[in-house]
Amino acid sequence: MNQITDMLKRNSLLLALVVVMVLFEVTIRATGHGSMFSPSNFTNIISQNSYVIIMAVGMLFCIIGCGNIDLSVGSIVCLVGAIAGTLIVNLECNVYLSIIICLGIGILIGAWHGLWIAYVHIPSFIVTLAGMMLFRGIALLVLGGLTISPFPPEYLQYFTSFMPKHRVDAPTVTMIITAVMCLVYIGIVLWSRKSKQRKGYEVEPVSSFAFKMVIVLFALIGSGWLLSQNKGIPVILILLVVIVAVYAFIANETITGRRLYALGGNEKAAKLSGVNTSRILFMTYVNMGFLSAVAALVCVARFNSAAPTAGTGYELDAIGACFIGGASAYGGVGTVGGAVIGAVFMGVLNNGMSILGIDANWQRTVKGAVLLIAVVIDVLSKKRAR
Amino acid sequence: MENTSNSKNLLEMRNIVKRFGKVTALSGVNLSVRQGEVHALVGENGAGKSTLMNVLSGIYPYGSYEGEIIFDGKPCRFKNIPDSEREGIVIIHQELALVPFLSIAENMFLGNERTQSFSSKVMDWPRTFARARELLDIVGLTEDPRTLIKDISVGKQQLIEIAKAISKNVRLLILDEPTASLNEVDSKKLLDLLAKFREQGMTSILISHKLNEISYIANSITVIRDGATIETLDNSNHDVSESRIISGMVGRALTDRFPKRETKPSSEVLMEVRNWTVHNPLTPERKTCDNVSIVVHKGEVVGMSGLMGAGRTEFARSVFGRMYGVNASGQVFLNGKEVKLPTVTSCIKHGLAYVTEDRKGDGLVLMNSIVHNTTLANLPGVSNHGILDKDAEKAGAETLREELNTKCESVQQDVGNLSGGNQQKVLLSKWIFAEPDVLILDEPTRGIDVGAKYEIYCLINKLVAQGKGVLMISSELPEILGMCDRIYVMNEGRIVAEMPREQASQESIMSAILKSPKPEAKASA
Repeated sequence: MNQITDMLKRNSLLLALVVVMVLFEVTIRATGHGSMFSPSNFTNIISQNSYVIIMAVGMLFCIIGCGNIDLSVGSIVCLVGAIAGTLIVNLECNVYLSIIICLGIGILIGAWHGLWIAYVHIPSFIVTLAGMMLFRGIALLVLGGLTISPFPPEYLQYFTSFMPKHRVDAPTVTMIITAVMCLVYIGIVLWSRKSKQRKGYEVEPVSSFAFKMVIVLFALIGSGWLLSQNKGIPVILILLVVIVAVYAFIANETITGRRLYALGGNEKAAKLSGVNTSRILFMTYVNMGFLSAVAALVCVARFNSAAPTAGTGYELDAIGACFIGGASAYGGVGTVGGAVIGAVFMGVLNNGMSILGIDANWQRTVKGAVLLIAVVIDVLSKKRAR
Repeated sequence: MENTSNSKNLLEMRNIVKRFGKVTALSGVNLSVRQGEVHALVGENGAGKSTLMNVLSGIYPYGSYEGEIIFDGKPCRFKNIPDSEREGIVIIHQELALVPFLSIAENMFLGNERTQSFSSKVMDWPRTFARARELLDIVGLTEDPRTLIKDISVGKQQLIEIAKAISKNVRLLILDEPTASLNEVDSKKLLDLLAKFREQGMTSILISHKLNEISYIANSITVIRDGATIETLDNSNHDVSESRIISGMVGRALTDRFPKRETKPSSEVLMEVRNWTVHNPLTPERKTCDNVSIVVHKGEVVGMSGLMGAGRTEFARSVFGRMYGVNASGQVFLNGKEVKLPTVTSCIKHGLAYVTEDRKGDGLVLMNSIVHNTTLANLPGVSNHGILDKDAEKAGAETLREELNTKCESVQQDVGNLSGGNQQKVLLSKWIFAEPDVLILDEPTRGIDVGAKYEIYCLINKLVAQGKGVLMISSELPEILGMCDRIYVMNEGRIVAEMPREQASQESIMSAILKSPKPEAKASA
C-alpha cells in the first residue's frame, strides 16, 4: 500500500489530471451538456491538442538544456503553414515534395536561432522574440494578408483521416489493435522485470508493479474502446505516439539525452566533462524548428487552411505545458511524459470549459491561474522535501 | 579619528569558536587589537582568517559562534553587517563590492545615500558629488567622481573602497588581501595611505600573504593556524623577519596524516608540458602562465605549490582542452607523443583528466544521481551506437562506490544530498571512470574532513601504484610535502622552483615563493 501511495505522490500531476477530468465529467453530465468522454469528443481532444503536444516536446528539450525557451514557435507554425499553402494549394506542387520543403524550412529557421544562441551567445529570449516578430512578418508577406484554402484530400489524408478507412470496420480493427498494444505492453514490462531479476538488480515490489500495470491497461483499453465507437484510430494519434516515443527514448536512453540533462544541470561541469555544450544547444533549436514545422503541417490540415493568424499564442501553450509538466525554469529537469501530460491537462481544461459554454475570456484566466498554481505547488513541494 | 591612548585595546576577541556542522573552523581564537595600530593577521589558506573576520563583522551572527567580542570596551552582539558597521567596523573584501556601471560617487554612497533635507528618499546629487570629491582627496585620487568604476584601475578601485569605508565613519578598517591584485607601485601607495591614517589615529586589521608588506607596515602580527591563535608578535620596531613569520604559520609537526606509499615512481615520462604560456582572457596582454614546463613520470605524484592566484589552476585548465585563457602556446606530450588538446574530449581520448577545485561550481551536476555523474565524462564507454547501457552504467558506478567507500543510500541518490567528502569521491570516480593515464587533481581535499582526506590520499597512492601519473595542485603545504615525490613551486605564473621531496620543507617552499624574482627583475638579469 505504501508503495502505491508513494507512486501516486511521484505522479501527482497525473493524479491531478484525473481529478480534473472527473470533475469536468460530473459537472458536464449534471448540467446536461453530454459527456467529455463521448467517443466523438475523445477523438476531438486528441486532434485539438496534437500540435501543442508536438511543440511541447520540442520546447521541453530547450527548457531542459538551460532553461531556454523559444517564443517564435507560433510564428514558425504560421510561416510554414503559409508556405505549405502556397506550394500545395496555389502552385499545386507534389504533396511529398512540399512536405519535405516545409520540414526543411523549419530546420533552417531552427538553425538560424541556434546559431545566434549557441555560438554568438545572444540570450535565447531575445533571439526568439525577434524570430517571433520576424517570421510572423514574413508569413504575412507570403500570404499577402489572405487565407489559403482548401487543401487537397491527398494532403489531408496524412493528418486527418482514420484507421481503418471505412467506418464499419472501426470497432473490430480498433479493438484488435488495442489488444495487440496491450499484449506488447505486458510483454515488454514482464520481460524487463525478468531480465532485471536475472541480473540480480532490485525490482519494484509486486503491489505497485501490478497497480501501475492495471492503470496503464485500463487507460489503453478505455481509449481503444472510445476510439472504436467513433471512426477508429486517428492517423494523427499514430504520429503523436511515434514522436513522443522517439523523443522519450532520446531523452532517457541516449548519450545525447544524458548530455542535455547535464548541460541544463550544470553547464560548466558538463563542459569540463567533455560535453560539446554549444552543439547540443544548437541542436535543440534545430529540433525545435523541425517540430514546429511538423506542428504547422498538422495545423493546416486540421483547419484545412493557412491563415495569417494561425499559431498565435501557441508558444505560450507549449511553454505552459512543459512547466505544468514539472520542467524547471532553470533547466536540467523535466520529462517528455510530463510535458505531454501538461499539454493534455491544458487541452482538457480548454475542452471541458468549452463544452460547459464558459466564456473564452474566462478560459484564458483559468488557464493562467492553473499554470501558476501548478508551478507554485511544484516549487513548494520540493522545498518541503529538503 | 581621534588619537587617544595608544595602549588601549580597541578590539578584543576572546576564545572564538566557530563550527560548521562537524567541522571546527575556529577553535578558540584570541585577537587583541590596540587603538591606532595596523594589526596584521597571517596564516595559511584555510587557517581561519576569513572566518574570524566574518564573525567580527556579523556575517555569522551572534549565537552562531562561541566566545566574546569586546569593541571599545563594550561587548558586541552583531546580528548582521549593518550592526557592525554602525559601530564603525568596516571590512573591505578581496573581491571588491563595487558596481562597474555606476559612478565613483554613486558607489561610495551605495546603501548610505546622501539625500535631500526634505525627504530621505530623494537623492541630493550636489552633496553626493561634493562629499565624494572630499573623500577622493583624502585617499589621494584626482578622478572625477562621475567616472564609472569600470573605467578605473583595480588599484584605484581599492582606494575607492577605502574612501567608501571612511564615509561610514570607520573606526576599525579590515582589509582582506588588499594588495593581492595590485602591482608593486599601487601596493606601496595603498600601504602608505594606511600608514597616514594610522598617524591620524585610525586602527586597521590587514590580512595578507605578502610578508614583506606586513613587516613593512604592521605594528603587531597575529598568526593563526588550524583555527587557533598561535602567537602575536610585536613588530613596533619593524624587526620581525619573514622567516620568523613563516615558521609561525607552518610550524606544525607532520604526523601520520598521510598514508605511506609502497611504490616508487618510474623514470618513464607520462606527460610533459614544454614552454606553456597562456594569456588572461580579460586583459590579453597579461600572461597568466609564463613559459611553464613540467614533467610527470609514471607512478609519480607531482605537487604544484603556490599561493592563491599564482596561476596553477589557470595552467591546468588551459592545458585541459583550453578551458581557460587565450593565445595559449607551448607543447604537450602524452606517453611520449606530442598531442594537440583543443577540446576536453580530445584530452579524455588521450588519457588526461582534470579534477576541478570547485566540485559544486563546475565539477558535479548536483541535481543528478551518482550514476549519472560518474559516467558523464565517459558515456561512450557505457553505450552502443549512442544508446546507453544503463545496467553497465549502474554496475560501473557501483564498483567505484565500493572502491572509494562513498557513503550513500544508493548510487541513484542525487549528488547534491551528499557531504563534501563524498561529493569529492564522486567527482574522483567520474574521472577514474574515464580511465586516464594522468590525473590533474586541483585542490583534491579542499573543504573536506580529515577522515575523507586520508581516504583520498590512499586513493592517490592506489592510482600511482597502477602506473598512473598524478599532478596535484594544492595550497596546503603539509599535503604537498606529505604526498608528493617531487614539487614544483609556482608564483605569478612562473615555475620558481623544483625540488624533490627530500629537499623540500615548508620553509623552503615559502621562501621560494616570497623570494622569487619579479618578472621585470629577471628580464634585466
